[in-house]
Amino acid sequence: MRGRALPYLLVAPAVIFLTVLFFVPLVQTIALAFQTSNGTGFGNFVRMADDLNFHDAVVNTFRFVGLAVPLQLAAAMGMAMMLRHLGRGRDMVLWIWTIPLGLSDLAAGLIWLAMLNDRGYLASLLFHLGLVAEPQSWLTYETPIALFVAVVIAEFWRATAIVVVILVAGLQLVPKEYAEAASVFGASPWRIFTRITLPLMKPSIQSALILRTVLAFEAFAVVIAIGGRNFPVLVSEAYNWQNFNQEPAVAAAYAVVVMVLSLVATVVWLRVLRTPEEQRA
Amino acid sequence: MNRRSTLRLGTALLAAALAGPPLVSSALAADMIFSSGALAPVQEAQKMRTVILKDYKGKVTFLPDEPPALLTRLKAEMQGGARVTSLIGGNDGDLAVLAAGGVLAPVDDVAASLASRGFAPDLLAMGKLGTDKQMYIPWMQATYFMVANRKALPYLPAGADINALTFEQLRAWGEAAQKATGKRVVGFPAGPNGLMHRFFQGFLLPSYTGGVVTTFKSAEAEKAWTEFAALWKTVTPNSTSINFMQESLLSEDVWIGFDHVARLLNALEQKPNDFVAFPAPSGPKGRGWMPVVVGLGIMKDAPDAAGAKDLISYLTTDTTQLVTAREVGFFPTVRATLPPDLSPGLKMAVAAIQGTGQAKDSLAAMLPSGLGAKGGEFNKAFLDTFQRIVLRGEPVKDVLARQGETVQRIMTEANAPCWKPDPASTGVCQVK
Repeated sequence: MRGRALPYLLVAPAVIFLTVLFFVPLVQTIALAFQTSNGTGFGNFVRMADDLNFHDAVVNTFRFVGLAVPLQLAAAMGMAMMLRHLGRGRDMVLWIWTIPLGLSDLAAGLIWLAMLNDRGYLASLLFHLGLVAEPQSWLTYETPIALFVAVVIAEFWRATAIVVVILVAGLQLVPKEYAEAASVFGASPWRIFTRITLPLMKPSIQSALILRTVLAFEAFAVVIAIGGRNFPVLVSEAYNWQNFNQEPAVAAAYAVVVMVLSLVATVVWLRVLRTPEEQRA
Repeated sequence: MNRRSTLRLGTALLAAALAGPPLVSSALAADMIFSSGALAPVQEAQKMRTVILKDYKGKVTFLPDEPPALLTRLKAEMQGGARVTSLIGGNDGDLAVLAAGGVLAPVDDVAASLASRGFAPDLLAMGKLGTDKQMYIPWMQATYFMVANRKALPYLPAGADINALTFEQLRAWGEAAQKATGKRVVGFPAGPNGLMHRFFQGFLLPSYTGGVVTTFKSAEAEKAWTEFAALWKTVTPNSTSINFMQESLLSEDVWIGFDHVARLLNALEQKPNDFVAFPAPSGPKGRGWMPVVVGLGIMKDAPDAAGAKDLISYLTTDTTQLVTAREVGFFPTVRATLPPDLSPGLKMAVAAIQGTGQAKDSLAAMLPSGLGAKGGEFNKAFLDTFQRIVLRGEPVKDVLARQGETVQRIMTEANAPCWKPDPASTGVCQVK
């Protein structure tokens, strides 16, 4: 009897922790989002959608996810493949690549702000090289494209490492024999990569994409540090409604939208990158 | 009620994560907790702890927070039932939100016992927040003005008196400086934590329209926004990231900047010889300006109400008020004359503030009052108007019509009467 209860006892702390600090607030947030001053309804969502920053926030969020996530996946794939061919120093390279993982989002945002703002390292460097006549402002509402690129670069730098780690782990599970056999039959390296390595890595690519897409929809600290109010995204608008406008219900509506987007993205990746039963290891 | 109970756990957890009051309370149970939205910047908080509170006999822990975080935390303390804070410091608008949320206990007895301090009567009246009870005791006052780098002075338009500048002259000044230097050198604190909304509510609109709410979509308001959009062409695009003008002034990103005295003083103190301070410009209806009042309120069912009252008494003595003025640039609310040995930076600030209040065309515009919890939304209405007209170039008339509806809805929902400089209203203040 005791032996049967033990596993449940051991997982209990985690279950309780997540229920109290995740599930309960989640339900409350959803309830709050549908509560208006005169009963329940979609009033908060109407106010959210009616706000002048809502459209920008949606567009910015999707552009950000749409650019950052594929870039990160492609780069991480390349990095993971290169790592496979390293002998000595492989661990050192992996270690250096994953340094950004140890930093908080906000710190990463501030680092890039210090580099990219008009008195930052990049501006000073260009100025000293004589490439620009005076410090240029790139991160203002007048330069939306440069601002967007800066936010993507910072996020790329900060969060590509986690994709690398997942893909490297996945790659280690792919037996080298398949590739060797293919090359015996004269397959080119590119063909081996697209026909053997990529399909076998589908489960880890799926995990990486789910993780990255959900986190990119929730990007906040990096965006706020570099873009401030000039680059509204869904989560920063939720923060503004809670913090500056003191309207928790509209903030909750934003939170619900972000949650739905994350769920949809997860389902899409689960479907699109499904590994058929018979192919599973 | 329903909404409140749902909020309870969420906000309490958020507050715990943000500020950690439970830890503080267990560690410092013996101290009276003084939570403040004023003097939150690190340097000011440090001066509060090490200089202003130094001679206080009781035990007090000063816990400053940015106002939005403070409001969330105090509401959570209230709703969670675990009171930690006894004394609350904050500006008029934030205290109004707290009073509307039932967080403040009336302090009529404190006002009566401190009558001999000689509080300025209009400040004391503001402390009633439109009720018949004293909700806070005026603690400090301040206002906004402008500071310019001396390098900008040669471009001042001919015949303009810097101490009696008009908006027209400010634009000409900015244009001349831009023409000569190729840089846009005027700055406004329009960053996420900046106080830009106060510029519209207390300076621009009163100066052009003589009102704020009633005249929101008047022809004069159209003119105000049109001319401000023209002035904005000389404003540095970094303005939407500026929260504290003193930093931009010291880095010379901005040569001519507007802000709250507490957010300008560091520049004046650090380089008194580089800067001049002067009143904000005037428009057709006068020199609109906004006096700021910071007050002290007591938490309802405070754990240490007696300690809170004792500290209010200490903070409003002549001596403490003068020390406060000298250290953090907020001025006395009681009868007290500033000593002659002020630092050069503070002297400049005092002169600019007095120049504003005593200007012939001075037009005081009060902080929005009676809005209760709607204060944040009211500010947003002005910032949205600014964003649409000035940053996005939408047609002025349409924007004012649309935002005017929002302002009217806020006034109606808050059931708020007009405040100065709008003429007194019977019932809800109406956008005309």
